[in-house]
Amino acid sequence: MNVSAAAASANDVGRGAATMSSGQTVVSARGLSLVFDTNDGPVNALADIDLDVGKGEFVSFIGPSGCGKTTFLRVIADLEKPTAGTISVNGMTPQQAREKRAYGYVFQAAGLFPWRTIERNVTLPLEIMGYSRAERAERLHRTLELVNLTGFEKKFPWQLSGGMQQRASIARALAFDADLLLMDEPFGALDEIVRDHLNSQLLELWARTTKTICFVTHSIPEAVYLSTKIVVMSPRPGRVTDVIQSTLPKERPLDIRETPEFLEIAHRVRDGLRAGHSYED
Amino acid sequence: MDSFRDKIVPVSVIVAAILVVWYVAAIFMNAPYQRELNARAHVTPDLGAFIGQTWAQRKPTLPAPHQIAENFFKNTFLVKITSRRSLVYNSWVTLSSTMAGFASGTLLGILIAVGIVHVPVLDRSLMPWIIASQTIPILAIAPMVVVVFAAIGITGLIPKALISTYLSFFPVAVGMVKGLRSPDILHLDLMHTYNASKVQAFWKLRVPASMPFLFTSMKVAVAASLVGAIVAELPTGAVAGIGAKLLAGSYYSQTIDMWSALVAGSVVAVLLVATVGVVGRFVELRMGARP
Ligand SMILES: Nc1ncnc2c1ncn2[C@@H]1O[C@H](COP(=O)(O)OP(=O)(O)OP(=O)(O)O)[C@@H](O)[C@H]1O
Ligand SMILES: [Mg+2]
Repeated sequence: MNVSAAAASANDVGRGAATMSSGQTVVSARGLSLVFDTNDGPVNALADIDLDVGKGEFVSFIGPSGCGKTTFLRVIADLEKPTAGTISVNGMTPQQAREKRAYGYVFQAAGLFPWRTIERNVTLPLEIMGYSRAERAERLHRTLELVNLTGFEKKFPWQLSGGMQQRASIARALAFDADLLLMDEPFGALDEIVRDHLNSQLLELWARTTKTICFVTHSIPEAVYLSTKIVVMSPRPGRVTDVIQSTLPKERPLDIRETPEFLEIAHRVRDGLRAGHSYED
Repeated sequence: MDSFRDKIVPVSVIVAAILVVWYVAAIFMNAPYQRELNARAHVTPDLGAFIGQTWAQRKPTLPAPHQIAENFFKNTFLVKITSRRSLVYNSWVTLSSTMAGFASGTLLGILIAVGIVHVPVLDRSLMPWIIASQTIPILAIAPMVVVVFAAIGITGLIPKALISTYLSFFPVAVGMVKGLRSPDILHLDLMHTYNASKVQAFWKLRVPASMPFLFTSMKVAVAASLVGAIVAELPTGAVAGIGAKLLAGSYYSQTIDMWSALVAGSVVAVLLVATVGVVGRFVELRMGARP
């Protein structure tokens, strides 16, 4: 993942302007609620969520376990139907957006097919979407390079470390060039060092493309480091308690996490989590 | 090969123990008849000679292992393959209907499973019937099928294969229903996010996920097919096959023939199950299983 800093920042400026001014919204939720009917009675997973995600934004969702982060992502992905309110994705219903293959979803577990090689795992969505053989090969090459997995095409998932598997699953979500990337704690199971590494890779990738990313995490530093916008949620029922616009620059070396600005945002996230009567992660 | 060397001692100890018990049992089981024979012939052999006699009868109650081995060897390797006596010939007759029945049973089982997994109505209506079908004892249904088919002039392989089908489709259907339903929710959700069609989800997810289940159930099914084929040879007094050899042996008290037919049946069973196992292992390796 080595792209020249100049190219990356040039890209940033262009996108940054678009995000700030025209403000094209990718995800827009209004009064969104979702109640699960369970045997123990109804569970208010999401209550009255109002939220906009603009094009090119990197939005993190943070909150204690059970506050509905996954559920919200799944509603965007049309894996779950809201029980009240409206939500649009690229100006369409989530179902229409899904049918148009508007997003790539990265689950918390890598979820690679154990019987497919890395190559065939990454090209699985391309096979399904009917890409030609040549196109598949070209995209495979490109996305594996993006996540630093070149040379592992013929390996089976069990031959890769957890971090590599997770990168392969990101490559799989990137392969078909959806503009929206939904990531549910993709690095939750990884150790700190690998996580740092993947975080900066993800930022680079986001800087190089014009993708919108919705990212669920439990980690305050991760959320602050990655995001342009941090959505703090609280449980029972799942609500948005704070939306924090990041003031950090686009260019973020790992040691930006030592700066007062960073710590200040982290502090505000922590306060937001506290205000939601929740414990800290 | 370490595991092989680890096993060879315990296995040979068990085999030796079984042989000892068998030879001793043969003495006791064949002794009454031998005493009768000796009384008629007015001979009184000493103990050693008497024991030798009990191990060398022409129609013993319990043949000694070496008698069975001798008979098996002779009828397998020394007799011409085309001969009625040849165990190779008889095994082939049984094997061919076993394989025909196994193939169609597996196919039928898979089709039923696909139906059950994809059509909710079939899920609710078919399963009870399938389970009920297996409660009918094979010994009751085999003669019926064979006789009915014989009445309309169909004999030989088809009715036998049908019985094998009847016995083998069940484990495959049950195993495949489980297998086709085995994919993780995560993987199914993933296919959904790609807006994959049901057909695509079937071929790219459900089928590969079901392979281990398929081969496990096919091992059970192939053994059941063999039982079906042998049982189907019994009621008609079929002319050839392992079942026919067993029946003929019991008519004429040719116990040694019966035992060596049994051995032949076991050999066929081991070969069939092992073949399915090897094919299953091969497919597994092709699908990236850890070696
Ligand atoms: N399929 C379901 N059926 C019933 N209840 C559900 C279902 N999925 C989630 N819930 C409930 O909805 C609430 C929100 O769940 P969700 O998975 O969105 O939380 P989360 O914020 O992602 O938590 P975590 O951080 O632990 O992943 C929880 O109380 C959970 O028990
Ligand atoms: Mg979650």
